[in-house]
Amino acid sequence: MINFLRNLGSNFIDQIWRLGAGGRLFGLMLISSGESFRRFRLVVREVYFTGVNSLVIISVSAFFVGMVLALQGYHTLQKYGSSEAIGVLVALALVRELGPVVTALLFAGRAGTAITAEIGLMKATEQLSAMEMMAVSPIARVIAPRFWAGVISLPILAALFSMIGILGGYLVAVPLIGVDAGAFWSQMQANVDWQFDILNGVIKSVVFGVACTMIALFEGYDAPPTAEGVSRATTRTVVTSSLAVLALDFALTSFMII
Amino acid sequence: MERTTIDLWVGIFVALGVAALLGLAMKVGNLTTSNIGDTYTVKAAFENIGGLKPRAPVKSAGVVVGRVGDIRFDGATFEAIVSLKIDKDYKFPADTFANIYTAGLLGEQYIGLEAGGDEVNLAEGDKIIQTQDAVVLEKMISQFLYNKAEEPVAAATAPAESTKTDDDALTDSPLDDLLN
Repeated sequence: MINFLRNLGSNFIDQIWRLGAGGRLFGLMLISSGESFRRFRLVVREVYFTGVNSLVIISVSAFFVGMVLALQGYHTLQKYGSSEAIGVLVALALVRELGPVVTALLFAGRAGTAITAEIGLMKATEQLSAMEMMAVSPIARVIAPRFWAGVISLPILAALFSMIGILGGYLVAVPLIGVDAGAFWSQMQANVDWQFDILNGVIKSVVFGVACTMIALFEGYDAPPTAEGVSRATTRTVVTSSLAVLALDFALTSFMII
Repeated sequence: MERTTIDLWVGIFVALGVAALLGLAMKVGNLTTSNIGDTYTVKAAFENIGGLKPRAPVKSAGVVVGRVGDIRFDGATFEAIVSLKIDKDYKFPADTFANIYTAGLLGEQYIGLEAGGDEVNLAEGDKIIQTQDAVVLEKMISQFLYNKAEEPVAAATAPAESTKTDDDALTDSPLDDLLN
């Protein structure tokens, strides 16, 4: 019993300590990100690894998510005789929620783990210490470019996710089920507001980009320099990012829906 | 500055992202269809706005000509003051009617403008005088029930009496004939 309480307390204190360290890393990263903008090629390189390499998984899953949404939505909507509203349903669900959230979850799994493993391994093989020895700040050279690459990539990926998902929904609803194409698009355009729906979706994906990338970077930077430590850090990246995305999504939505 | 294939891919990636965002705004959203540029605001007072919400469409002859701005409650007159943002391209006479309608049976509520015949047009800050409130379904049903409750008193008693006399005639007359 005492041991249980002791573990609970030490875990709690450990988490608080990590939260503070993460915040400090974030601050240091922001201070030294001027350098990474001056050497923008570093950011471009990271956009390639986090964004471009995630294109395939994002497009394929968006396509299937859109198709499933259309199938499920049609099944329910036709009971109420409003199957033309399928376009609105697919578009709003994707633009407001699924686009940013599913993209962020996939991003955490695809790019976040790669970042954590890479930085963890750099630390384990003492590359980061070597940089410090050469008076190169690893935060400016390694952390900041990856952070900005993630923040740039995630909104782009989320917009692509929504667009491809809507095309997938269109393919199922119009040629396959036989909903009128004109009604599909016109109802969608009448009910999706570019500011309150699309812009809010973009804001969400930017916030998720900051959260996911920062968690991945911190877990890698904080990982014990052993094989086991890196593997644990990678797992923690996925778990923490997913929870953070879902919790942030609720908070952001409650702000956005007035 | 040398170019690498990575640059090309990142360029394609960013271009795709911008294209998707534009596609969302143009094809999915209402940026093109109902982007109302310059507007002028007129006010209208209603006794009851029903379920009217900010950003609801303002239509005339079924065409969207503006949006509802904010809705306030006026403590002095106990009325709802609705501000209507109308596209500068559309001018309406000063004696225009503003009615609150419902799209379909369960649809959203919108404001319908019916142009009057005045030669002076509505301008920024003007107030629409002739308004018609939202139809509240409960009110309508209770009015209907009230009217129904009034009329059957005459209608229901009259047939009852007539059947009674018919019955009497049927039952009485043959017996009477036989007896007499």
